Amino acid sequence: MTNRLFRLIAALGLSVALFGTAEAQLTVDITKGNTSPIPIALVPFGGEPVPLDVAGVVEGDLARSGRLAPLSRLSMPQRPSVASQIDMAQWRLVKTDYVAIGRARADGAGYVLEVELHNVLTGERVLGVSMNSTASGLRLTAHRIADMLYEKIIGVPGAFATRIAYVAVEGPVASRRWRLVVADSDGENPVTIVDSKEPLMSPVWSPDGTKLAYVSFENRVSSVFVQSILTGARERVSGRAGINGAPAWAPDGHRLALALSQPDGNVDVFVMDLDTRGPPLRVTDDPAIDTEPCFSADGQSLYFTSDRAGRPQIYQIRLAAGERAKRVTFEGNYNARPRLSPDGKTLAVVTQDQGGYRIARVDPSSGQSIILTTGRLDESPTFAPNGQTIIYSSRERGRGVLATVAVDSGVVTHITAPSGDIRDPAWSPRL
Amino acid sequence: MNRFNKLTLAALIAVSFTLAGCPKKPTVKAPQTAAQSVAQTSDSDARTGRTSGADNGGVRPLTSTKGDMPSGDGELGATIRFDYDSSEIKAEYQPIISSEAKQLAANRHLQLRLEGNTDERGSAEYNIALGERRAQAVKKALVLLGASDTQLTTVSYGEERPVADGHDEAAWSQNRRVDIVVTAR
Repeated sequence: MTNRLFRLIAALGLSVALFGTAEAQLTVDITKGNTSPIPIALVPFGGEPVPLDVAGVVEGDLARSGRLAPLSRLSMPQRPSVASQIDMAQWRLVKTDYVAIGRARADGAGYVLEVELHNVLTGERVLGVSMNSTASGLRLTAHRIADMLYEKIIGVPGAFATRIAYVAVEGPVASRRWRLVVADSDGENPVTIVDSKEPLMSPVWSPDGTKLAYVSFENRVSSVFVQSILTGARERVSGRAGINGAPAWAPDGHRLALALSQPDGNVDVFVMDLDTRGPPLRVTDDPAIDTEPCFSADGQSLYFTSDRAGRPQIYQIRLAAGERAKRVTFEGNYNARPRLSPDGKTLAVVTQDQGGYRIARVDPSSGQSIILTTGRLDESPTFAPNGQTIIYSSRERGRGVLATVAVDSGVVTHITAPSGDIRDPAWSPRL
Repeated sequence: MNRFNKLTLAALIAVSFTLAGCPKKPTVKAPQTAAQSVAQTSDSDARTGRTSGADNGGVRPLTSTKGDMPSGDGELGATIRFDYDSSEIKAEYQPIISSEAKQLAANRHLQLRLEGNTDERGSAEYNIALGERRAQAVKKALVLLGASDTQLTTVSYGEERPVADGHDEAAWSQNRRVDIVVTAR
């Protein structure tokens, strides 16, 4: 393969190729948007050469956010790398609101990157930063630059210098292989952390971003494992007879909510204390399916999926003895797999809509729901740590892909693996 | 193999052939073209599938092939299929259930694993619970008809182990199933 990292097809048919040093891994397509993103120009860096197209990585990040529309390099009237070279009149002609310029300089074994953001309309420099980076850390530095530019323009911190975990499934039905992969938020630098001939599912990040909890069917039974991202050390935290699934971390990082089955197969929601490792506390007790727990922001209650009213809906229950669950969703006949936004105010769920399974956001206080996606088989939604984007599993032309949807603008991107299906994404907290 | 097990084998093959008639019944919704592609997929499953796994102790999957036909090398077991979001055993599968239950009652060494599965739609963990509910429904039916609790184990793979790779009702109806797998005899 060439060193083309990924392809971006922006909402307006804009096509941008980004180049880098790594082998091609995942393909990112931006396919839909329904608001006007803010135009910005990310001029290729000047100065001394660096082994990464830093401006290109920043450009990819900002385009995927759906909030910013990077200008094609072919349309750039000039390529300044210092402020004095910028001719604002020329940039006004190409109707860009911001110009970001930068330059690199070798510094020992690493680099110093200087970045400036200029407002074309006012002519002001609105941001100027200098960052040190090792050669191998250039990509992370580029994501941090994207975070800063995004925050300066949008007013909300970016979430580009983060990671995603997902499950890759390859091979024919007969000899299928499951891998748990951790990658940068743009799909680059994928690293397989578990490889199995039996299903892997439901990865979730610990609140401190150092561990993943997930479900593995190795030895043909389901178990919940917690694995360190740093050391690779892993531990089976739940391996009871029957179902051990749907792990979810408490905000304190010391408790894990789980779905466990009784000997009769009925699934209920439990909470386990990871420090004491006492018997898990049973939270729900209902003959219906109760699963897919997710902690509220205060850690005092759980949202979960239950079909106690006949079809799956979202409920909330306080973690105290004898509490009754309160139904949260009422719109539609299928709402499942709740995940809370970082501000604790919104749930992302899977909902059934016009025969398809789609991602919706639900206000748990009013039950009001807004459907965000148009897929047929969308599932497993999770918020980015800045709450601006939801990542989820989808299907494109028969392939399992990851997709992101910008919560405000509805811009959808698809991330496709070179082969096989990828699914069950989990977005890390800020690292 | 002793005489008794040969008889069991013969009886279970008979069960399999009973099952083989099912796709011809009007209740099976899969169109012929889809059924053919499904058969191909699950045929390779039966030949090369999970027997390659390191941890299956030589257990052959008894997943049906070619529309519930036995795969030709004497494999036993059955597949029970379900309606969408349902764990109710349909009347057409009652003869299979009672036949399997009779085998279990007659041979207390016989052990079955009931593997619950769902189609790919909806959320993955809910589907794990739904697959378990289907496996439990089959277990309950077998126990009611004379099998012992101790002869039966359940596992749910949810939507993780489809036999049909498609993304339409033809494939989904194949994937909403409980595979009855012999683990000891």
